[in-house]
Amino acid sequence: MTLARDQVTHVAMLARLGLSDEEVERYRQQLDAILSHVDRLQQVDTSKVTETAQIGGLVNAWREDERGECLPVEKALANAPKRRHDHFEVGAIQE
Amino acid sequence: MSPETVAELGARLRRGETTPAELAAQARGALRSVEDLHPVLRYTDALTERQAASAARILAESPERAGPLCGIPFAYKDVLCVEGVETSAGSRILQGFIPPYTGTALQRLLDAGAVPIAVTNCDEFAMGSSNENSAYGPVGNPWDPSRVPGGSSGGSAAVVAAGAVPFSLGTDTGGSIRQPASFCGVAGFKPTYGRVSRYGLIAFASSLDQIGPFTRSVEDAAHVFTAMAGHDPRDSTTSPLPVEPVATQVARGVAGMRLGVPREYMAEGLEPGVRSAVQEAFAQLEKLGATLVEVSLPSTEAALSTYYIIAPAECSANLARMDGVRFGLHVDRRSLTDTYLETRGQGFGPEVKRRIMLGTYALSSGYYDAYYRQAQKVRTLIAEEFDRAFESVDALVCPTSPIVAFPKGDKSDPLSMYLCDVLTIPVNLAGLPGISIPCGLSQGLPVGLQVIGPRLGDAQVLRVAHAYEAATTWHAQMPPPSSPPATGTPS
Repeated sequence: MTLARDQVTHVAMLARLGLSDEEVERYRQQLDAILSHVDRLQQVDTSKVTETAQIGGLVNAWREDERGECLPVEKALANAPKRRHDHFEVGAIQE
Repeated sequence: MSPETVAELGARLRRGETTPAELAAQARGALRSVEDLHPVLRYTDALTERQAASAARILAESPERAGPLCGIPFAYKDVLCVEGVETSAGSRILQGFIPPYTGTALQRLLDAGAVPIAVTNCDEFAMGSSNENSAYGPVGNPWDPSRVPGGSSGGSAAVVAAGAVPFSLGTDTGGSIRQPASFCGVAGFKPTYGRVSRYGLIAFASSLDQIGPFTRSVEDAAHVFTAMAGHDPRDSTTSPLPVEPVATQVARGVAGMRLGVPREYMAEGLEPGVRSAVQEAFAQLEKLGATLVEVSLPSTEAALSTYYIIAPAECSANLARMDGVRFGLHVDRRSLTDTYLETRGQGFGPEVKRRIMLGTYALSSGYYDAYYRQAQKVRTLIAEEFDRAFESVDALVCPTSPIVAFPKGDKSDPLSMYLCDVLTIPVNLAGLPGISIPCGLSQGLPVGLQVIGPRLGDAQVLRVAHAYEAATTWHAQMPPPSSPPATGTPS
């Protein structure tokens, strides 16, 4: 397969990764080689197989809907790069 | 002489011949003396002192409460959160991150009186097989500093191999405990998926990650596992089944056990020295009364591809939280989108970016069925093949890695690095327990024997490993004296 440059920039945008032109080209080549290798998966017959959902065989983990401990505000905000009052500060998402 | 084990140090503590503070100071000094290998990112000083004091109190006031880990020094990988101690996941994006809480596995060790000394270097977000992907620089192998210690838990393997601490914690997503244990000549145990809580572990691939110990003996691995294992309401993937008492089972020997050798794991590609060391180990197990039979796991070849879809897919979702808003690096830009792009572009290293891209691609519209869904189906086939094998054998034995520790810089092509994980990855995909223990040398470097058990058969795995260890001396081998001095825990 051959991965196109615009596919790489599209994926980088989806992943919110700012890449330099040089990185785009490097990842294009490397991802192309990796994807060519993993393409052998397509040869495995899985027509009668269900995909794995939980490898430990658990189905659901239930608990009572009770209020428990949670992080106090100061602890939760302690690592915030930017805060205002008791909140995380985020840049404007609309002009 | 080989450094003391957890069991030996524990016995001396209980006899009053040493103190937790003394052992902590010795471990700290020993870690300092191997700093040129760069296995340690930071020391846990204040916490070390508090834990040593609390262990000393337990030993003095209520010795009946002092379990095997009380007062024992250890180091842990830089992906495990401890309140108030920086955890950076080997990444620039989390440099300076101070966890506001302590993860369950670590908390259980602290409750058992174990004394943390240092946080160990690792590949960024645990992605790598050589520890060369750490944003803080590579780690040297104590057996040959010009070679890699394996990865991603390279620092944790190196500090135990150098004899600086009797145990350490790592995490294993595709072999990241077992492979560095093999490269460094120590025991490294990955428990069954869901046996040890992942709460407080910085996630790489949540359906594969598992925390486990590096130790100098299988008995010690059983002690550390026992202290950490069990259901945790804060990790809904932990098994609610009670943990079997492993300590009483590990010393039962292998007489009468049936052990399978997967044909595909002994195929071409094995380094000759690895092949011969492992074959000698098989002969030793037969001498101890086990029956060895060949089994087949035909989907082995597809496992690597399956893993390199599933693990990156999960990592791309997990690492979305590194957004520069709540914690970690923040590169300020006018729009939120540009802030994300720059923060993540500057904060992540090349391997992490590569895997995020790969995973995002595999999950993106139009490719999901062909890659992710197909990989999850092949994963089912791989798990079923193991299940079938365990209908006729008690455990599987094979090499941990097809090669011994390679020189730093030797595998600069990402795909060639991925191919090294071919013998450890299937175990994570199937959620099984596996251990690597030393079984010989090839070119003067350690070779690891891998023992794989059925789901929740952690005790079986430890039992086979223990029997082999008790009959051989490879576990007592130390790196040659030409390497940095291994001052060892007290002598």
